[in-house]
Amino acid sequence: MLGARLTGRIPVAQDVNSSPGAPEVRSQFAPRRRRALIERGIHVVLFICAAASILTTAGIIFTLLGETLAFFREVPIIDFLTGTRWTPLFVSQSFGVLPLVNGTLVVALVAIVVAVPIGLMSAIFLSEYAPARVRAAVKPVLEVLAGIPTVVYGYFALLFVTPILRDIFPQTQVFNVLSAGIVMGFMILPMMASISEDALRVVPRALREGAFALGATKFQVTVRVVVPAALSGILAAIILSVSRAIGETMIVSIAAGLQPKVGFDLLSSMETMTAYIVQVSLGDTPQDTIEYRTLFAVGTLLFLMTFVMNILSDWIVRRYREVYE
Amino acid sequence: MTQDAATRWRPRIRRRNAIGRGFALLTIVSTLLGIAVLIALLIDVFGDGGAQVDGHFLTNYPSRFPEDAGLRSALLGTLWMLVLTAIIAFPLGVGAAVYLEEYAPNNWLTRFIQLNIANLAGVPSVVYGLLGLGLFVRWFALGRSLIAGAMTMALLILPLIIVASREAIRAVPDSQREASYALGATRWQTVFRTVLPAAGGGILTGTILALARAIGETAPLITIGALTFIAFDPTGPMDLFTVLPIQIFNWVSLPQREFHDLAAGGIVILLIVLLLANSIALFVRFRLQRRFD
Repeated sequence: MLGARLTGRIPVAQDVNSSPGAPEVRSQFAPRRRRALIERGIHVVLFICAAASILTTAGIIFTLLGETLAFFREVPIIDFLTGTRWTPLFVSQSFGVLPLVNGTLVVALVAIVVAVPIGLMSAIFLSEYAPARVRAAVKPVLEVLAGIPTVVYGYFALLFVTPILRDIFPQTQVFNVLSAGIVMGFMILPMMASISEDALRVVPRALREGAFALGATKFQVTVRVVVPAALSGILAAIILSVSRAIGETMIVSIAAGLQPKVGFDLLSSMETMTAYIVQVSLGDTPQDTIEYRTLFAVGTLLFLMTFVMNILSDWIVRRYREVYE
Repeated sequence: MTQDAATRWRPRIRRRNAIGRGFALLTIVSTLLGIAVLIALLIDVFGDGGAQVDGHFLTNYPSRFPEDAGLRSALLGTLWMLVLTAIIAFPLGVGAAVYLEEYAPNNWLTRFIQLNIANLAGVPSVVYGLLGLGLFVRWFALGRSLIAGAMTMALLILPLIIVASREAIRAVPDSQREASYALGATRWQTVFRTVLPAAGGGILTGTILALARAIGETAPLITIGALTFIAFDPTGPMDLFTVLPIQIFNWVSLPQREFHDLAAGGIVILLIVLLLANSIALFVRFRLQRRFD
């Protein structure tokens, strides 16, 4: 019966379109209802594309959380967060994550000590001192520095910077934190410089001119007026740089070594959270083992640390932005 | 009082100017330092690896013997990865950008999506690797295949493509859309025939740059379990694979000097591929970007 209805309808539609009285051009228009349907369909498809990002976040949270909760059923969370021995791949297993956190923070600290002063000074140069032509030439070069794959930086740290360090400090180990940290600093330098420069450039000209009118030198204008006015943006850049340094993986995997330990000896080898994830991934760790789950427990901690920092930097920009008209 | 202030007021112009010059010099030195490191890196890599690059290096499989080792499987893997990632990420990214710019109502859901995309851009790449491992490799049971790697990479670069595409779409003036509507076009016809062609240059440039980023990524693919030693050509999306950066990482990790030089050779090839990608992006930007004045 349904079939009869359908077949009964189609000829009617054809009759309308091919009726001799109708102008030829009418057949070019799709029926209104069909077009509206297509429009709705496309709307839905595009929404799904946009919603894919939410699915990605949900996917990250659920995969991390699922395995991490399974991990905490076997290892008490307090042991994980406060233990100072990390030996999940040994026979006598210990799951204290502090050595990995220590390694991560020490490398990040070295990177920040390199990237923040150099990046800020570069930003000041580009924003306040450089003529437009110099700026146009320098910025792409810094972008190249940002575009170099991290594995290349790892090679550079291990086979260029480390030998130099060993010439200066003979006790330097082949894998050491200092080399990885310095090179990582240069890797995040372009980001630090570029965000800080944006912050410096939006400081209104009137503030600079006011300071000049009071007799300040260029140096005084820059350091006492422009930089303080851009401080929230610079702070946000620093926090984002720390976040990048904590999440960086290949440089530390190649150049910082695999020794999970608590300490501050920059010339020795340490393992970071990211390097641990790579170390385990390179081995063939079977699923549903505690070793496999450590990946996700460490990954969750890493995700939370970078997430908090990214939110913080965003909040600082919103909260402390000086509003100029 | 005023006399007191006058005697205390010392302009010290010369000293202030000297400090100013010193500071200006310091900013220049800092900027040059970044450039110097880039030059040192390039000289180091090309010095060590330039001699490695020859025909055999590109067509041989990796080997235990450094003199026989080559990049064939890594190059093919990178090529496969590039194409698959583009096929997945490009429509998704552009679709999301079109939705956010042309369709999305101004409500909490849209703001949530935008906030979410901004946050995804800050997630460390190795965490995407864990997502790929848990979701694609294990849950979807795709194994350590090219397609599992490409899906992971696509999610990683999606925020970059969305941000670049949105900027390009936003740069198309409303007068263009209004002209299209005035001719009776529907919303999608306006988007597809007017907005997207006008924004095409910017979208393509952003996509190519995002893909260049994917070519250089190592950590997520190691995390999903891409192999370091592959001595066959990948022939389909379900095959095991390796890519250029993983092959480089593998060679750097070996203790022998000869393999380090191979790694440098691999880096030379990787940098050439990236340079090529960036040149194409620049060319596209130059040729396709329409200007509305």
